Amino acid sequence: MAYFIRKLVLLLVTLVLVSLITFAVFQIIPGDPIRIMLGPEADEARIETLEKQLGLDKPLHEQYGKWISGVVTGDLGDSIRFSRPVSELIADRLPVTLSLALMSVAIVIIVSIPLGIYIARRHNTLGDVIFSSLTQVGMAVPSFWLGMLLMLYLGMTFSFFSISGYIPWSESITGALGSLLLPAITIAIPQIAISFRYIRNTIIEQLQLDYVRTIRSKGIGERFVIYKHVLRNAMIPILTVFGLIFAEVVAGTIIVEQVFGLPGFGSLLITSISYRDFPLVQGIVMYITIVVVVINFLIDILYAILDPRIRLG
Amino acid sequence: MRNLRTYGKNINLIIGGFILMMFFIMMVVSFFYTPYDVNSMDIANKLKPPSADHLLGTDEFGRDIFSRIMQGTQTAFFVGAVSVSIGMVFGTLIGGVAGYFGGWIDEIIMRVIDALMAFPGIILALMLVAVFGTGMINTSIALGLMAIPGIARIARSGFLQSKELEYVQAAKLMGLSQMKIMFKHILPNVASPLIVAASIAFAVAMLAEAGLSYLGLGVQPPDPSWGRMLKDSQSYLVSAPWYTYAPGAVITLMVLGLYMVSNAIRDIHDPR
Repeated sequence: MAYFIRKLVLLLVTLVLVSLITFAVFQIIPGDPIRIMLGPEADEARIETLEKQLGLDKPLHEQYGKWISGVVTGDLGDSIRFSRPVSELIADRLPVTLSLALMSVAIVIIVSIPLGIYIARRHNTLGDVIFSSLTQVGMAVPSFWLGMLLMLYLGMTFSFFSISGYIPWSESITGALGSLLLPAITIAIPQIAISFRYIRNTIIEQLQLDYVRTIRSKGIGERFVIYKHVLRNAMIPILTVFGLIFAEVVAGTIIVEQVFGLPGFGSLLITSISYRDFPLVQGIVMYITIVVVVINFLIDILYAILDPRIRLG
Repeated sequence: MRNLRTYGKNINLIIGGFILMMFFIMMVVSFFYTPYDVNSMDIANKLKPPSADHLLGTDEFGRDIFSRIMQGTQTAFFVGAVSVSIGMVFGTLIGGVAGYFGGWIDEIIMRVIDALMAFPGIILALMLVAVFGTGMINTSIALGLMAIPGIARIARSGFLQSKELEYVQAAKLMGLSQMKIMFKHILPNVASPLIVAASIAFAVAMLAEAGLSYLGLGVQPPDPSWGRMLKDSQSYLVSAPWYTYAPGAVITLMVLGLYMVSNAIRDIHDPR
């Protein structure tokens, strides 16, 4: 129990620090942020209204207090560029990014686990060497370039894929799949490389442990050894790597959405940065980071439940 | 250099080192010579496929892609070197203090580092770019700040392990100053994990720079950038695919070279 309480406290400390950093970064803007946001031709009255609206005339700790309670209640004020509530803009874009991220994670799991097991059993063969070199390339390729190549070779060849824009799930399920599948594969490939390596190494390590020798000596088939015993034990450390992969996938959506013209968090974030719409930038960064931190926290908890050595050790 | 022979035998190091050497030579040469002027436009010859005149073809303004790739090495090395330097100096200092002194200093530093590392991928860099603005210098600084927490964490664990060792205890008994113990005695002993971290940070910075420039938020024209070239090439994906191949391939190759070298150094110093 003490372990879980410590983890929960650490989660809260991290979230508070993340919010402080997100808030503080926008305090070090050189010059007057209002003038930067409104541009050089803004008139004094407009500047004053916006200053009041954003509460910039108040002391810093009051500004932070107002902002952080806004984060918690989901009321982050209005975007300067869109003149709409920040939370509404974020909610609008959520389905795209969420579908994309979940699809990518699903692809990573579906591909990397069987592949990792398959190659681990053929440890040190030619296939192993080839795949392990390929994963290095997979990690080195910039995701957006990969997206452009997939678009060129698959997107233009098969009419199933729509290569630009998003078709909502409610409109057409195949249409939504067609618009999300290529970007999801794009985001997934570098992560498959990372997770494949990790899974391969974990299973090879497990196969050398005493318990595997014991089971084998009982004359149980190799398939049974792998799926019934080794995989179960290997899954626990593999779980932690998926927390990392989730964070990378979320970050990956930001660039890859731009490649495929998908209206998700990424394009909203890029637009808000280009227009120096700071309340919107802060809001998006904060919510994305909260989700990633909480998912990693949940994975830590699950890890400790599955492997008692973690919380007792 | 006691294990010079192991260096020579490591295949990752040979190939990775060769790749990086090629890019380094390309960068040095690009200061004196490129086949064409990188900014001279030739609309009559726009979007031409690779030929004897233009090895990698031409872009939408008829500029020679090979020359621009060559000059792009300058940006890649500049952004990588500046951001890794920032990351190494501050990361080693912060991580070293946390690991060596421990206690509440360590606790505070580590919590802040955890929080900084909680921002996924290039989000931290994007936030900094939003504040500082775009361009080569700002991008390098933003990516340098992004590199600090990862390097600090590695420096911390190195210093933490070393401070219990006998030579450090002996140095303490001799009455050497803390600074001297930390940077003259411990630092050389934790150098190899830090060098590995630096080469990975270089690769990460390169990919992030390419990403930011692709988004139009990194290096700005007329500074040449491979990521920016990819952004420009996307409009001509079907009509001029070679325009896309070259910058993407060089980014991948150089990042691959960095990964191979970092793997090699890790394998040589930490054989498991």
